[in-house]
Amino acid sequence: MPFSTLSDIQSRLNGGEITAVEVAQLYLDRIEAHNESLNAFVYMDRAHVIAQAEASDAYRAQHEPRLLEGLPIAVKDIFCTQDGPTRCCSSILEGFDAPYDAHVITRLKEAGAVLVGKTNMDEFAMGSSTETSAFGVCRNPWDVSRIPGGSSGGSASAVAAALTPAALGTDTGGSIRQPASLCGITGLKPTYGRVSRRGIIAFASSLDQAGPMTRSVRDAAMLTEAMVGHDAGDATSVADAPIVSWLAACDKTDMKGLKIGKPKEYFVDGMDAGVRAEVEAALKQCEALGAEIVDISLPHTEYAVAAYYVIAPSEASANLSRYDGVRFGHRCDAPDDLLDMYTRSRDEGFGTEVKRRILTGAYALSSGYYDAYYLKAQKVRTLIQQDFMQAFEQVDIIATPTSPVTAFQVGEKTDDPLTMYLSDIFTLAVNLAGLPGLSQPCGMTAGLPVGLQWIAPAWREDLLLNAASAYESATAWSDLAPEAFAVKGDKV
Amino acid sequence: MDIDVKKVAMLARIRLTDSEADELGPQLGSILGYIEKLSEVNTDGVMPTAHPHDAAMPLRANIVTNSNRREALQAVAPNVLSGLYVVPKVIE
Repeated sequence: MPFSTLSDIQSRLNGGEITAVEVAQLYLDRIEAHNESLNAFVYMDRAHVIAQAEASDAYRAQHEPRLLEGLPIAVKDIFCTQDGPTRCCSSILEGFDAPYDAHVITRLKEAGAVLVGKTNMDEFAMGSSTETSAFGVCRNPWDVSRIPGGSSGGSASAVAAALTPAALGTDTGGSIRQPASLCGITGLKPTYGRVSRRGIIAFASSLDQAGPMTRSVRDAAMLTEAMVGHDAGDATSVADAPIVSWLAACDKTDMKGLKIGKPKEYFVDGMDAGVRAEVEAALKQCEALGAEIVDISLPHTEYAVAAYYVIAPSEASANLSRYDGVRFGHRCDAPDDLLDMYTRSRDEGFGTEVKRRILTGAYALSSGYYDAYYLKAQKVRTLIQQDFMQAFEQVDIIATPTSPVTAFQVGEKTDDPLTMYLSDIFTLAVNLAGLPGLSQPCGMTAGLPVGLQWIAPAWREDLLLNAASAYESATAWSDLAPEAFAVKGDKV
Repeated sequence: MDIDVKKVAMLARIRLTDSEADELGPQLGSILGYIEKLSEVNTDGVMPTAHPHDAAMPLRANIVTNSNRREALQAVAPNVLSGLYVVPKVIE
C-alpha cells in the first residue's frame, strides 16, 4: 500500500475498501517511523491530519467524491497554510503563522485533499540539495548519506520513501524536476502562469511556478488538474490559458509520429557517464515506441546558468526586501535605530546562501552595473527563448537528462557555491523560457536514480504527459522503491 | 573580481560580520566572474525579456475586493500598538 499511486488509493477509497482515516494513519505511521533518518518533514500535526481525513470520510458519505477526496498530499514549506507554521525553512520566519492560505492550498482543500504536513527545502528555495534549510539537511532515501536534490528535496524524499503518496513543490530553476530526478520520482513544472503564485513565498517572480511530485505520470496530471486555474489575486496567473485534458493525456501508450528533439548541448563531456547511458537508452526505447529522434541545437544553452544567476538573485533581492523586521518575521533585540534594526535583523535571520544571492542581486541591480548585468541577462534570456521556439518548429517535444549527475554526498558541494549552481544546468533554461517541463525516472546507475526531462512548448503539458505516459507504460522505473524504506510484500 | 562586499551588503540592508564578509567577498567575486561570460553573447538589437510569455499585465476593475483584516495581519508583527507598527524612533 504505501508505495501505491494516488490513483490506486483513489480507486480503493472509491470502492469502499479503505477509508481516508485509515490511509492517513498509514502514512502518519510511516512519517513517525522514518522521518528521523530522512528529515523530509519539518512540520506534521497528527490530530489535525486525522481530523481532515474524518471530514473527508464524512463528506464522501453524503456526496460524490471530489477530485482529490481523502488523498494525503504533503506540501513544501514555501506554501502559506493556515494549518500550522509556514517557515520557508528560514530562521527569519520563526513563529510565522500565515494569515491566509496560498491559492493552490485553497484549491487542494476544495478538492478534498488531506494535507499531511510541511516538507523540508533549501532556505527560501535557494539551493539544489536541501542542505541550506534552517531545519537541517534532508536525506535521499536511496542512500541517506546523499542529498535528495533541491530545493523541493523534502517533498521528493517523502514521496520516494512513501511517507506520502504525493507532494507539492515549487520550481524556479529546476527545484521540482532535479530532486524528482535524484529521488526517482515524477515531477512536473507547469507553464509559467498556469498555477497561481499567490501565497507561495516569492523567490524570483518571473520564474517561480508550483507543481506536483508523485509516483506516476497520471498522479502528476491529477494533482495539476486540481492546482491550475486563473486567480485574479496573481497578476501573472493567465486568464485564458489553453485547456488541457489532464487525465486523458495520460492514456497514451505509444509515440507513433512523435518527433523528439535531442539537443546536443545537453549531452556533453563532463556529465556522469552512467546518466548519459541511461538517458540514451531511454531515447532508444522511445524510438521502439514509434518516435523519431531528431538531433537539434539550443545554441545559447551554455549561457543559461549565467543569465539565471543574474535574473533570479536580482528578483530575490527585491522580493526579500520585505523581511525588514517591521510587519512580520524576525526582529533583532534592542535596535539602536531603524537602520540597525533592518541590517541586524536581516543578518541574524538569513542563512549564508540567501545572503549570497541577495548580495549578488543587489550588486547586479546597483547603479552603474544594471545594463551590464540585469539588462544583458534579460537579452540573453530572449535568445534562450528563441532557441526553444526555433527548435519547436522542427520537433514536437525535447528530451534531455534532468540533471548531469545523480545524487551527490551531503557536504560535497557546499564549499563552492558555483559548483552547486552548475548542477542545475539542464533545468534552468526551461524556467527562463517559461516552458513546461517534466522529469520521470528512466534508469539507475550505481544504485541511484536517473531522470529523463521532457520539455514542451508553452501550454502543451498534454505533450509532456503523452510522452511520459507512453514511456512509463513501457518501462518499470517508476515502480522501484528504495529497499531501506520498502514494505515486505509490497511491490519493489 | 574584487568586490567591496560591505558596501553591497549595506545596499541590501544586511550587516555582515567581518568573518562573513571575508567568506562572502571572494565567493561573490567568483560568481560575478562567471557571470561575465554573458559579455561573449552578441545581443545587438535583441529586446530584453519583460515577461516569460511576452504578455502585458492585465488591469483589474477599480473596485474594493479585500476586507479589513488588520488584526489577523498584525498578529504576526514583532511589535504593534493600537493597530500601528512600532519601530525605533525616526524623527528627533
